[in-house]
Amino acid sequence: MHYVIAGAGPAAIAAAEHLRELDASAEVTLIGAQVQPPYSRMAIPYFLTGKVSEEGTYLRRSQNHYEAHGLKLIHGEVTAVDPKGHTVTLEDGQEIKYDKLLLATGAEPIIPPVSGMDDPRVQQCWHLEDAERIIELAKPGARAVQVGAGFIGCIILESWVLREVNLTVVEMGPRMVPRMLGEKAGGLLQSWCEAKGVTVHTNTQVKAIESTPNELQVVLENGETCPADVVIVSTGVKPRLHYLEGCDIDIDQGIVVDVHMQTNQPDVYAAGDCAQGLDFSTGKTAVHAVQPTATEHGRIAAANMVGNNNLPYKGSLNMNILDTLGLVTCSFGAWEGVAGGDSAEMYNPDNHQYVNLQFKDDVLVGANSVGYHEHLGVLRGLIETQIPLGEWKDRLKDSPVNLVDAYQGVNQAALQNG
Amino acid sequence: MHKALVMEVDACTGCHQCELMCSYGKVGAFNPAKSVMDITIYDGGAINVPSTCTQCQEAWCMVVCPVQAITVNPATGAKEVSAEACVGCKVCTIACPFGAINYDPDSGVVTKCDLCGGEPMCVEACPTTALAYVAEDSTGYDKMRRSATLAAGLEA
Repeated sequence: MHYVIAGAGPAAIAAAEHLRELDASAEVTLIGAQVQPPYSRMAIPYFLTGKVSEEGTYLRRSQNHYEAHGLKLIHGEVTAVDPKGHTVTLEDGQEIKYDKLLLATGAEPIIPPVSGMDDPRVQQCWHLEDAERIIELAKPGARAVQVGAGFIGCIILESWVLREVNLTVVEMGPRMVPRMLGEKAGGLLQSWCEAKGVTVHTNTQVKAIESTPNELQVVLENGETCPADVVIVSTGVKPRLHYLEGCDIDIDQGIVVDVHMQTNQPDVYAAGDCAQGLDFSTGKTAVHAVQPTATEHGRIAAANMVGNNNLPYKGSLNMNILDTLGLVTCSFGAWEGVAGGDSAEMYNPDNHQYVNLQFKDDVLVGANSVGYHEHLGVLRGLIETQIPLGEWKDRLKDSPVNLVDAYQGVNQAALQNG
Repeated sequence: MHKALVMEVDACTGCHQCELMCSYGKVGAFNPAKSVMDITIYDGGAINVPSTCTQCQEAWCMVVCPVQAITVNPATGAKEVSAEACVGCKVCTIACPFGAINYDPDSGVVTKCDLCGGEPMCVEACPTTALAYVAEDSTGYDKMRRSATLAAGLEA
């Protein structure tokens, strides 16, 4: 049996290792597009701040990890997939036969369609090479404009401030991280950043980037112009799918997969940031593009590739955690609420603290928090188990911060009754 | 066979000795805020629930870590955090459905129970039978596993 995995990111590596655990004799080949050993884009912000070296971003620490586990790692770019012929083609023309294929090609940055993006002082922050280039450009005292305050933008923001650059952030949404935080939470994050000396523009887009030899001028739609020595573009990501044109694999926002992580083609599966899989909260499919979903996808796909679709998936809970200049924000599941639902809220702007809980009947279905970093995982526990909160719901409505009490309380009650 | 840290709610008096010793073992100070063993007290002190990491077989924190900072200690079965490798991204802290791995802003890395290398200090500190370190085939272990399974939403 030859399993081929297109990709070498977190979903790909989680799948490869699980394939090896489940099928000791199978041949497992990973095809990675990057020249470095498989690395984590999530670790790049910490490479930028100098907390870790380049090696510290690698997904696995030992140099011979892949060899030691019998995983063959090929460097190459997949350019075509032929589900009928069971082959993938690489950029150099090489054809690789597979018995079962996992597409885990991840995501790529969205580049805004404005002029001036090709100036060398305008940088993505996606590959390790980008980070190296940014380290050269972001000298102390430099003026930096970061376009986009989404997940990635809010994490890398810290590295500019630590590098003592003068930072301006431009976000087209009504608030920072609009896809993860509600109005109050996003507002707290913005005032926190502003208090740390960051200039934040929301509700406006970049119209053009004008280049002169000495500086860049970032022209905003609200009429303002921000001078800059370096511009960092972090305006979101999209699934990386260019190689699937014309091969009859179902694509919507991402590669559509069923509860077994299989595409509409036999023996072809997809996982991670390129996959549109089942969402725990909505019962529909969605592209999450977050690490927990990617690693779960990888493991579930591997199990079904070995077990012939014997492990249906209950869906991924969308969740995220950000640390922006020391302010921790997080979101889980249906944080925007559900129809006919109920909510509890605690808002303390003076301390930059906020908790918002969303319920359906007496079950927790989503949450946002700002300014808390302890025992946040119990939110996942309460949401995914769908455990009825009973009397604890009213207690949470009185005091939403007493989450750990509620978590222990409902579990102890269930054990007593169980 | 590995031993397991077993927590017995009915025997816990909420004295916090375990938290003090845990923090002393972890950071050299008697500071419950630095303990990875936590007592949750509610109903006005009527119920005291000791809790820490149950060292899941397929640990969510370990699987989700992007830089392999969490590994298994083969001697104890504990899932241990490497402070050198941890970048502080905190994704494990939302992935663990027990809330048993947490970020420490002072050190910039996450912390969790490592069973103190096989001699848990919380167990030594506990004046009752609320905490015990027992073989995995014991009754207490079964009960704890049932509790953990329930809390994680898996079939018992």
